[in-house]
Amino acid sequence: MELKAGSRWRSAVCDTEVVVVRAPSGSPSLECGGQPMIAHDAERPEGGTVDPAHAGGSQMGKRFADPESGIEVLATKGGAGSLALDGQPLALKDAKPLPSSD
Amino acid sequence: MLLEMVADSIGDRVAVGSLTYAELFERASAGSKLVGDRLIAVDINSEAVPIGLFSAALAGIPYVPVNYRLSDEQLRAIVERAAPGTAVVDPDVVGRLDDIEGLHVIDRPSFLNTVSAGSERSDAPSDPDAIAVLLFTSGTTGTPKAAVLRHSHLTSYVLGTVEFLGADPEDAALVSVPPYHIAGLAAVLSSVYSGRRIVYLPQFSPEEWVEVARREAITHAMVVPTMLGRILEHVEASGSGLPALRHLSYGGGRMPVSVIERALTLLPNTGFVNAYGLTETSSTIAILTPDDHRAALASDDPAVRARLGSVGQPLPTIELEIREGEIWVRGEQVSGEYLGIGATVRDDGWFPTNDGGRIDGGGYLFVEGRLDDVIVRGAENLSPGEIEDALVEHPGVTEAAVVGASDDEWGEVPVAFVVRRDDITELELQSWVRVRLRSSRVPARITFLDELPYSETGKLLRRVLRTTSGS
Repeated sequence: MELKAGSRWRSAVCDTEVVVVRAPSGSPSLECGGQPMIAHDAERPEGGTVDPAHAGGSQMGKRFADPESGIEVLATKGGAGSLALDGQPLALKDAKPLPSSD
Repeated sequence: MLLEMVADSIGDRVAVGSLTYAELFERASAGSKLVGDRLIAVDINSEAVPIGLFSAALAGIPYVPVNYRLSDEQLRAIVERAAPGTAVVDPDVVGRLDDIEGLHVIDRPSFLNTVSAGSERSDAPSDPDAIAVLLFTSGTTGTPKAAVLRHSHLTSYVLGTVEFLGADPEDAALVSVPPYHIAGLAAVLSSVYSGRRIVYLPQFSPEEWVEVARREAITHAMVVPTMLGRILEHVEASGSGLPALRHLSYGGGRMPVSVIERALTLLPNTGFVNAYGLTETSSTIAILTPDDHRAALASDDPAVRARLGSVGQPLPTIELEIREGEIWVRGEQVSGEYLGIGATVRDDGWFPTNDGGRIDGGGYLFVEGRLDDVIVRGAENLSPGEIEDALVEHPGVTEAAVVGASDDEWGEVPVAFVVRRDDITELELQSWVRVRLRSSRVPARITFLDELPYSETGKLLRRVLRTTSGS
């Protein structure tokens, strides 16, 4: 998968959808609920379930990041699965709001 | 995608006028089925702007807002370049766009009426490299160029600067900047993503602006410098403030320090933000925050105090450098691409802004104007802004503009155009500048005018003055 900034992905096993805000270095695999995420315009395969080890959930509007690879994603839809990169959970990122400029 | 997220979570909240986010999404979905290859808008501000912008996004085509104030000839030339497509226009504009090949013209009331039935929500296409907006630059020099902004640029800007649903339910933004200005489009995207209700002023007048701000309990607004000066005069004259206004940002041109000092005094409860950006950078790339403003105003240190005239610090998502006096930027929101011309961004992602600038010891950026405006007197480069600031400090001066005029001895000399409050003379002002700046910066001539020429988005039209000065 090419995790370009602005590219959108959906979970194969839950409702989670994300957009890549910052691309990672290398070509890691972005996962949700323990399964690799699929392209946003692809159909979700039937019968998949969230791996209990990756069931922390994702919340719409929250950002998740991995400082090592530099990836940052934004959940555009929340779901039951939690996000990971090559099996390593992504950390919830604290938003530091800027004053509105428009 | 941005609208979809908001409609999913706070669909019942009012987005613009009386439309909720859910209704805005349904109308944009309906709009996306009407449009052709491009959605061209030649119109004043109304809810047709966000509907049109999101209709185009859902249809995967560019939104092309065009200035309706252009002459017939200029307007047709731009719309012909933008066609084929559908044009949503003010009723007065319909007759001006007869017989353009490939163009379907629909007036705003008909467009709004057609989309009001709504339709099932469209799924947003997911190509981040598709063109979101074509924006014809204001063309203060030469033929207008069309800046290309792709979804990836605008999305990076919004995600990098705005907190999702960060607005309080009672927040309301007053948008008076026209839709064909990048700030008008950025206001739509930022307001929607933060969940802030948009109130439109169809056309700017200071009386109307203040009246609507009070009536609608406006909490946020963005203005260009000329608007702020006129708003302050009206607030002062009407004798009551703007109690609900928490946040006022300004940008799009040089703000005289005297105006912002007056604003800070007159509106003590308002946080001011100076936003610096270009069309080509998807709007803001540096901001002077409310705290920066108050700290500068309160400081005895001249270096800190001077920051009131700066544009603050670059956004955390932007890299910014000064190279040989020019501001260069890099970041995912930076496009720097023009239709038919291509990218002016270098291979390593850096974009030269053509703005002169410097950064002080604390990392604050001072913009010194377009490099084309620099006056070369002998071998010395003079920044018009510095001389203008010195002139405006004179209590008898309301506004000042400085341009270069050709000169046999020096090649170019600075000449000034001044709007005066009192009966001051050329000689008085020349010695005023001489004691503040070096003698090379003293305007060789000063012409007194009743008003300075501005574009309606507040940009000083220096080329008009250059013609007057015979350079």
